[in-house]
Amino acid sequence: MSDRRPATPGFVGKRRSEHAALPPGQYLTTDFPVLSAGPTPPIPLDKWAFSLVTETGAAKEWSWSQFRALPSEPIVTDIHCVTRWSKLGTHWEGVSLDTLLAGVETSAGFAMAHSYAGYTTNVPLADLCGGKAWIAFRFDEKDLEPEHGGPARLLVPHLYFWKSAKWVRGLTLMGEDEPGFWEQNGYHMYGDPWKEQRYTGE
Amino acid sequence: MERTAIHRRVEWRTATVVERRKETDSASTLELHVAGWPGHDAGQHVDVRLTAADGYTAVRTYSIASAPDGDNLELTIELLPDGEVSPYLVESVAPGSPVDVLGPIGGWFVWHPEQTEPIQLIAGGSGIVPLMCMLRTRAQHNVTAPFHLLYSVRGPESIYYADELARLAAADFGAAITFAYTRTAPPNWPAKPQRVRAELIATAALPASQHPTAYVCGPTAFVEVVAGMLTQAGYDASRIKTERFGPTGK
Ligand SMILES: Cc1cc2nc3c(=O)[nH]c(=O)nc-3n(C[C@H](O)[C@H](O)[C@H](O)COP(=O)(O)OP(=O)(O)OC[C@H]3O[C@@H](n4cnc5c(N)ncnc54)[C@H](O)[C@@H]3O)c2cc1C
Repeated sequence: MSDRRPATPGFVGKRRSEHAALPPGQYLTTDFPVLSAGPTPPIPLDKWAFSLVTETGAAKEWSWSQFRALPSEPIVTDIHCVTRWSKLGTHWEGVSLDTLLAGVETSAGFAMAHSYAGYTTNVPLADLCGGKAWIAFRFDEKDLEPEHGGPARLLVPHLYFWKSAKWVRGLTLMGEDEPGFWEQNGYHMYGDPWKEQRYTGE
Repeated sequence: MERTAIHRRVEWRTATVVERRKETDSASTLELHVAGWPGHDAGQHVDVRLTAADGYTAVRTYSIASAPDGDNLELTIELLPDGEVSPYLVESVAPGSPVDVLGPIGGWFVWHPEQTEPIQLIAGGSGIVPLMCMLRTRAQHNVTAPFHLLYSVRGPESIYYADELARLAAADFGAAITFAYTRTAPPNWPAKPQRVRAELIATAALPASQHPTAYVCGPTAFVEVVAGMLTQAGYDASRIKTERFGPTGK
């Protein structure tokens, strides 16, 4: 819409959100809201596994102990939820997707993240490589709480947070982009917070 | 999880406030007129954008309370005392004011009249809003599949849509409605005020053996606890749909 939209009489607003690190339309929160489509799944660590399947069907899998033996790193990042809250300077620890993807032969352009409990979300592979994404297992120096996606979640902080699939169990690499769960339910295929790519067709 | 259709493109439309009426001491229902409103599914929400005289805007998300009704739409908003948007919408916005609306949004936390399975609705506070839309849409379509509502409120004075809920319960194929009071119960109420507990789920919710679909909506902590209790009670996790009203995680 144009910038000539009519004002709502009497609305002033508190303007407590003006901050250079905030994408347009976001406001700051200091707590950590929880948004999920269903109940939090219980995931015992001895049943946990993370798998990577390429477009040719080649598969790699890590058990929890194999995964935790991989090099991990601290991450300090801002996160932006499509429901308009942003949290700045959050502290995580995770395994870089570069580590997990090392040596994987693929010409796929896209990945579908799969979660325990059935959630899926699509992300271009380029957005998972080059130090931009992790499988995170600690938040604020503590094991990641189940309601926030523990034992491990995808962390792709430069996209809206629904792309950071909670309870992640694996990635499937794909030649063509396909919509994941929220993407089939009205949300944007890519989800760049700085471009306010919230909803289908926006 | 099931696949659903890719949803149509959403766009901002200018709505006009037709009426603001008190729902409780701390909540108001706004009736909006939105020219060209495409209709909505029960459970969907809209983004509401307010613009100040100098162009500053704030956007918040609100569930749709009313069943589809041409170009009119109702939202019910709870006042958060220190909030930026809700105090204005609950206490100040005047009929005739323009507000921008984007939607309808959401294809997951929705109920379609074609669904034939029993439905368990569980609301905490303002979480009743999208569930009310489901109850109203059910009545509009004369659906007879069982609907149970468990509605957790602080006290009798915090119940939204109280008279209409009573009518919906009394109608042919009425919905079964159970209130849970967390602070003050009405006189002669058989139970002490308390939070929703597993015992209440066991007695007031549809048994898992009927394979109900559950819709749970309210503050984050409430939804987290209730969804967990439903899983414990044997509900199929893939049939428990939740909506958590932000922004706070408390
Ligand atoms: C899908 C969905 C559907 C929803 N449907 C409904 C609905 O039907 N009805 C309804 O009433 N609500 C609904 N909500 C919640 C709604 O979107 C708003 O979050 C709510 O109205 C509060 O907005 P606000 O601007 O008044 O409060 P905000 O200004 O956003 O503040 C929220 C709280 O945080 C505190 N806070 C915020 N910023 C600060 C700060 N800088 N310092 C200190 N404290 C701060 C405030 O005190 C307040 O308690 C829904 C939310 C979602 C996600």
